[in-house]
Amino acid sequence: MKKSVFFGALAATTLVAGLSSAGTVDDIKARGELICGSNTGLTGFGTPDASGNWTGFDVDLCRAIAAAVLGDATKVKFVPTTGETRFTALQSGEVDLLVRNSTWTASRDSELALDFVAVNYYDGQGFMVKKDLGVSSAKELDGATVCIQTGTTTELNLADFFKQNNISYQPVTVADDSEAQRQYLAGACDAYTTDASGLAASRATMPDAENHVILPEIISKEPLGPVVRHGDNNWGDVVRWTYYALLIAEEKGITAANVEEVLASTTDEEVKRLLGASGDMGVKFGLDNAAFKNAIMAGGNYGEIFARNIGEGTSINLARGLNALWTQGGLQYAPPFR
Amino acid sequence: MAMATDVPKDGFRLSMLVYDTRYRSYTIQIVVLVLFALAVAWLLNNTVQNLEARGKEFNFGFLWQRAGYDIGQQLIPYSNDDTHFRALLVGLLNTLVVAFFGCIFATVLGVIIGVLRLSKNWLVGRLMTVYVEAFRNVPLLLWILLSYVILSETTPNPKDFRLTDEMAAAGEAPAASMMFWDSVAVTNRGTNIPSPLFERGLGSVDLGLFTVNLTLLAVIAVIAGSVWFNRRLLSGARARQESTGDRPVTWWKSLLILFAPITLLLLAMGFHLEVPTLQGFNFKGGILVAHSFTALLIALTLYTAAFIAEIVRAGIQAISRGQSEAAFALGLRPGRTMNLVILPQALRVIIPPLISQYLNLTKNTSLGIAVSYLDLRGTLGGITLNQTGRELECMLLMMLIYLSISLSISAVMNMYNNSVQLKAR
Repeated sequence: MKKSVFFGALAATTLVAGLSSAGTVDDIKARGELICGSNTGLTGFGTPDASGNWTGFDVDLCRAIAAAVLGDATKVKFVPTTGETRFTALQSGEVDLLVRNSTWTASRDSELALDFVAVNYYDGQGFMVKKDLGVSSAKELDGATVCIQTGTTTELNLADFFKQNNISYQPVTVADDSEAQRQYLAGACDAYTTDASGLAASRATMPDAENHVILPEIISKEPLGPVVRHGDNNWGDVVRWTYYALLIAEEKGITAANVEEVLASTTDEEVKRLLGASGDMGVKFGLDNAAFKNAIMAGGNYGEIFARNIGEGTSINLARGLNALWTQGGLQYAPPFR
Repeated sequence: MAMATDVPKDGFRLSMLVYDTRYRSYTIQIVVLVLFALAVAWLLNNTVQNLEARGKEFNFGFLWQRAGYDIGQQLIPYSNDDTHFRALLVGLLNTLVVAFFGCIFATVLGVIIGVLRLSKNWLVGRLMTVYVEAFRNVPLLLWILLSYVILSETTPNPKDFRLTDEMAAAGEAPAASMMFWDSVAVTNRGTNIPSPLFERGLGSVDLGLFTVNLTLLAVIAVIAGSVWFNRRLLSGARARQESTGDRPVTWWKSLLILFAPITLLLLAMGFHLEVPTLQGFNFKGGILVAHSFTALLIALTLYTAAFIAEIVRAGIQAISRGQSEAAFALGLRPGRTMNLVILPQALRVIIPPLISQYLNLTKNTSLGIAVSYLDLRGTLGGITLNQTGRELECMLLMMLIYLSISLSISAVMNMYNNSVQLKAR
């Protein structure tokens, strides 16, 4: 008798445990907070300031998603993850999604059972060296000591690049960007390699930024984007279309400041659908109908987020390049919102 | 009739399982066992279900896939084309080599400090107390980081060793220079030491998993043979001394036996040292001992030595004063009293806790991750785990390997302990 009660309880807990992970959107609404896996600190992309407020390109996407799901861009908890811990944190349900320059690869899709729902930054791996080293190409780095973040695709690309060019190197593996910077600045490695955007961000925080050069070679494709777990397609759709909403907003000239104005004056049906003035697109995603309007109001459209955090004129000073809209020769392209 | 019912029946009733002391202990044990088995089964079931929910299967096939990453320090040949299993072996050897040297250095240092702490010299005794308290009361991780930072921040950059044309013209010397007749260079990346090379080496035999270096084997065999012959010579001399009272002169024979064969072998194989030279960004040639290794070794040695010193001190103090007084009465000087009377007896108190210090040191090598030392934790439990996403398999395998290492050390040390224990006759 007692045993059967025990087994019953056992079965019930397993069932509940299974059910609770069924709908991430419902979990977030019940919790009243989005948990976003972020960087441990990469200037421009995701870093806490002195008073603990997170800012950055990736952080703003998290805020837009929180605004879409909860209607409040401030209800985000940022959990710093390293290259080593990020996917475990996502798989175990510790975070709802990862937005921390993670590269989309085939094995991460298949073997790690993750879904890369969009690419918010098209990047490639580069090298940074000190100017007085007199190196102008990565192919001249034969015999160099190279700092590399562990658990990343860049670690594997580095090995491949040096093998293909038949030159040797000595790896120094580090856990995160700040340790890499410390080792690199202390001279423990000749070169630091990571995504070119990450290098630009690191260089921006260095006291003698002008003494460091990023070499011209880009040795890999690094499509960086938000990641969710396999199996919850609705949640994946919400993240994907919140991101696309920001792209469409840029394409249509909708900014954080002029949303209400556009909404009042527009005759464009797609804009009306996007802002929730006609149709029930938001409800179809299991959200409020004004969800995507809220997302745009949270931090502006994609272009605004880019310009504010990492664009030309900021300390990181990245050109739009591949990340320009498709209408301007870039790769950022959103499917039609209908 | 009433009397008869008072006598307990011999038959077994169910209530006796609880009320009869003969059966109660069995009942409790069986219930606990069942509960324990249920808990284990629940954990396993939970794991299997969660793995299934994530579409993951439990297998070790990933160990035979291409690793694709590079490892800085490798004791066996390894390239990024090798398998994850090979990377695991490289990491395992890195763990073992730092544990091996750590145990030896910590023992030597610990014994010296433990003995000195009992010194009658006030300054020496206090200094050793300060050492012990400082090292064993600060977390090991901090010592590892500290030694790494000191090593990498106070040593010169490789380019400081370069003599440019302008400097040569101006008659200036480079900012840094090599040590020991230009054979050793300490840079902020590591210590470059000469490596032994043989012009006419014996080659090596490939055994699949490992390649056996015949040259190294020959050197080890010759040294072992020399030592064995020398011991026979000495025991012969001792036997003669005991039978005739006359000890034959052996020192030159010992020297000859110990050094002549190995010298001849090295000459025959064309032994020479390859001295590291500065080429490009780094020193090339020779062996690079990375600072991550040195820092880990130094910190482990200093930290564990503090504990061993206390064990040694306790062992020595456990020997009654009568022993040393008797030795003094026989005219033995303090040094010889310690070596011949006290320490041999103290060993049997010292060795059992010493084993657990060795185990601690071995397990603590996994903290090398803090200074990017790619040991077992860094390869199997770090990069391989990360690149393949096989957390459960990697963690279980890693636990199994650490367990085997610890049990092996324990077994060997227990054998040694049995051989030095006082024999009860």
